[in-house]
Amino acid sequence: MTRKQLSQSIAFNSFRLVSLAVVSILFVILGFILIKGIGVINWEFLTSMPKDGMTGGGIYPAIIGTLCLIAGSMIFAFPIGVLSAIYMNEYLKESFLKKLIRTMTNNLAGIPSIVFGLFGMALFVNTLKFGDSIIAGSLTLGLMVLPVIIRTTEEALKSVDDTLRIGSYALGASRLQTIRKVVLPVAFPNILTGLILSIGRVSGETAPILFTVAVYFLPKLPSGIFDQVMALPYHLYVLTTSGTNVVESRPMAYGTAFVLIMLVLILNLLANLIRRIASKKTKMN
Amino acid sequence: MKKLKRIFDKITHGVLFTSSMVTSVTVLLVIVFLFKEGIGLFNQTAVENHVVVVVNSANSVHELTSKQVKDIFNQDITNWKEVGGQDLEITTRSIDDLAGQFTEEELGTDMVNLPTLIDQYISDNPGVIAYFPDTYLKKDFRSKKIPLAKISVKEFISGVEWYPTSQPAAVYGAWPLILGTLWVSLGAILLALPIGLITALYMAEVAGQRLRNMLKPVVELLSGIPSVVYGFFGLVVLVPLIQRLFKLDVGETALAGSIILAIMSLPTIITIAEDAIRTTPRALKEASLALGASHWQTMTRVTIPYAKSGIIAAVILGIGRAVGETMAVLMVTGNASVIPHTFLEPVRTIPATIAAELGEAPFGGTHFKALFALGIILFIITFIFNMLVETVKTKKV
Amino acid sequence: MSDHKVEVKNLDLYYNDFHALKNINFTAEAKTVSAFIGPSGCGKSSLLRMFNRMNDLIDGTRFTGEVFVDGQDIYEKNIDVDGLRKNVGMVFQKPNPFPKTIFENVAYGLRVNGVKDKHFIEKKVTEAIKQAALWDEVKDKLKKSAMELSGGQQQRLCIARALAVEPALILMDEPASALDPISTGKIEDLIFELKNQYSIIIVTHNLQQAGRISDFTAFFYMGELVEWNKTKTIFTNPTDIRTQNYITGRFG
Repeated sequence: MTRKQLSQSIAFNSFRLVSLAVVSILFVILGFILIKGIGVINWEFLTSMPKDGMTGGGIYPAIIGTLCLIAGSMIFAFPIGVLSAIYMNEYLKESFLKKLIRTMTNNLAGIPSIVFGLFGMALFVNTLKFGDSIIAGSLTLGLMVLPVIIRTTEEALKSVDDTLRIGSYALGASRLQTIRKVVLPVAFPNILTGLILSIGRVSGETAPILFTVAVYFLPKLPSGIFDQVMALPYHLYVLTTSGTNVVESRPMAYGTAFVLIMLVLILNLLANLIRRIASKKTKMN
Repeated sequence: MKKLKRIFDKITHGVLFTSSMVTSVTVLLVIVFLFKEGIGLFNQTAVENHVVVVVNSANSVHELTSKQVKDIFNQDITNWKEVGGQDLEITTRSIDDLAGQFTEEELGTDMVNLPTLIDQYISDNPGVIAYFPDTYLKKDFRSKKIPLAKISVKEFISGVEWYPTSQPAAVYGAWPLILGTLWVSLGAILLALPIGLITALYMAEVAGQRLRNMLKPVVELLSGIPSVVYGFFGLVVLVPLIQRLFKLDVGETALAGSIILAIMSLPTIITIAEDAIRTTPRALKEASLALGASHWQTMTRVTIPYAKSGIIAAVILGIGRAVGETMAVLMVTGNASVIPHTFLEPVRTIPATIAAELGEAPFGGTHFKALFALGIILFIITFIFNMLVETVKTKKV
Repeated sequence: MSDHKVEVKNLDLYYNDFHALKNINFTAEAKTVSAFIGPSGCGKSSLLRMFNRMNDLIDGTRFTGEVFVDGQDIYEKNIDVDGLRKNVGMVFQKPNPFPKTIFENVAYGLRVNGVKDKHFIEKKVTEAIKQAALWDEVKDKLKKSAMELSGGQQQRLCIARALAVEPALILMDEPASALDPISTGKIEDLIFELKNQYSIIIVTHNLQQAGRISDFTAFFYMGELVEWNKTKTIFTNPTDIRTQNYITGRFG
């Protein structure tokens, strides 16, 4: 073996080890939480209110709260994100405006989640007087994931072959018709993937909801969009750090972490599945 | 019909345009609201509204800073000469101390006599400094009100103490928090950078298609795990481990924060660096190989230099992610607001401070505003990182 | 040293399910120019890339048969692939200089092959650039970026880069197809010069070019080597009807 080949083989083998380490980090974290948490999971845990100072009972209101926040933020952010991406990719030519929007979107994506929390509190809770509420939390979360939706939708639209558009125009279709009947159907699976990933992001975020909606303990379900709710990630935080009895509520914490991880796993799996089906479909064409 | 169509087109266009402006408007609103709440801090003294700080009228001290007031009440400063006055022992009195000196009879119903008693007490004691609500200030008060210096931007940024609830004057020095944030992020990036870049190189250049298809979802999952779960894992696994390993009193340290943050910024670094490495044209790599360079030489001499700007962008974004991360850091770093010297002591970051304290800060008070001012600092730091990324990305090779 | 610089025996090449080369037998003599001609997708570039194992880089490549360079089976198990590639220079279809200085582009091959001696590198770089007939145009800007050169200059720089490591064989994959006629002429003159010292195999679309510069010509069609012979013979008296059709422009 020459020296050149020796250094290459040393380098590549250490690369392999480092990559393996990254994989094992994931498996250690997932494995730890899934193993510790699985014992806690049962029907009662998922469907009952917390009790005994959160050392017993379940996490039902937190699950419902998180679902409310997912729904609320997506109703708001998904259409705006998709429309915005359509405008950027299908309407705007390379211009100052486009560059501005892109830079601003990137900047929005870079704003730390806690700053979103401050902003949501100042705008929605205090200035618009929504109070701590589902709508304040949803809007804050929605604005936070907007860049994610825009970016994934743009990618999806970009991957649609230009010949399809030209073909459609050549048949006399208008731009809107082309987008609706040709571009969107082809891009749809990838747009859906973006939606799923942003749901994952929304369901796990804590900092933006700390001061806009999340409540420490509320053993009832929300009745309207101006109610406060419990939420899974905040519940985990509370159980771990500031519960009345941190040691005894530990199993509850493992259970909550389990549910959060499962949610992420399922969403990721779903996204990958859709991606695979979509790529198969385009290959067949 | 044609007219109808034109109107319809106009409406569509309007809706699309409006939607695409949401992000820009949001960024502006974020800036406006952060500044609206945060900038008010610098128009105020650190004393709560309607509280007065008073000294004997013979006292030659005319103004004190919040830090001096805090030190005096903490008994760190015990003589007036230390703050530029006479050589005189300092006696401190809070409102509770003042009221406690007198019997209920003396105070009368609803403490009607308290203003007179306070006035008398302070006139009698030349070395005293006291604070109380201004409702107890007698009309013809004989002693001297001490105006506190307004909080200055310089003091806020470079002050080394953060005591937001200290009485009568809070001390807002963000320097330990800024350093804490950068310190934890620095540790994180030192750990994540080599691992992230190597993994990215491995995925883009060395691993076969099958292996890559297995690694990609791993990275995606790592980025999908919520930050509280990372924090939880760090708290129950990493923190005790560090405590035992380094024989510390507490395991909640900067190191714990750095490790968790490193794991959390790995996906960002790997994904962006891998994309960048993939942009290196095949033709360049083939040219290098055709000249007898090994695969490894081609990577170090052609691929990496070509992808340099993308790799730098990945690093900056990784740091940006680390700087702004809140929950995980809040849960594992111990949150002591001291200037960090090693990785084995507790630190407190800006995001963690905001998350931990905003819930308790009275709405509109100086503490509340100080937390928004911290938000401004955080926003500016991350904004600089974002702009750096933009410039690095657009720079020609 | 064998007489035969390049020899191919019973070669079949597949990209996944695609049968790219079918039972190829071919020999290129030392210090000659051989031209590979044929319509797009006929396999001529694929064969070229067999000679320095560039096909190794493409996933899903399989082959049977043997390839010899200098009498050495280059697909033998313990062969030093980097060493082989140093011995076999390659010039690509599009000029692909590294985003480095002109000097560093040419010095690259020496450096990656472990040459450290500064004076030697300087000498070799100068020689190679002169050999590539580029010296007068770049001698004052060796420290400038190679990206500032024109397309034709870049391609000659790529040739200089290949020459600097003193290969025995130079492979050229349509080296002039991306260039204007004047640059093309310069490259052709250069090839004519180089054949005194090197064996050259050139893939080209341009029949006139093949006629002008090559000693031997091989015609490929649908993965088959239809016919190879002295260039003169191929162009004046081809035996196969497909060759005849191609060179008379009836398809392609």
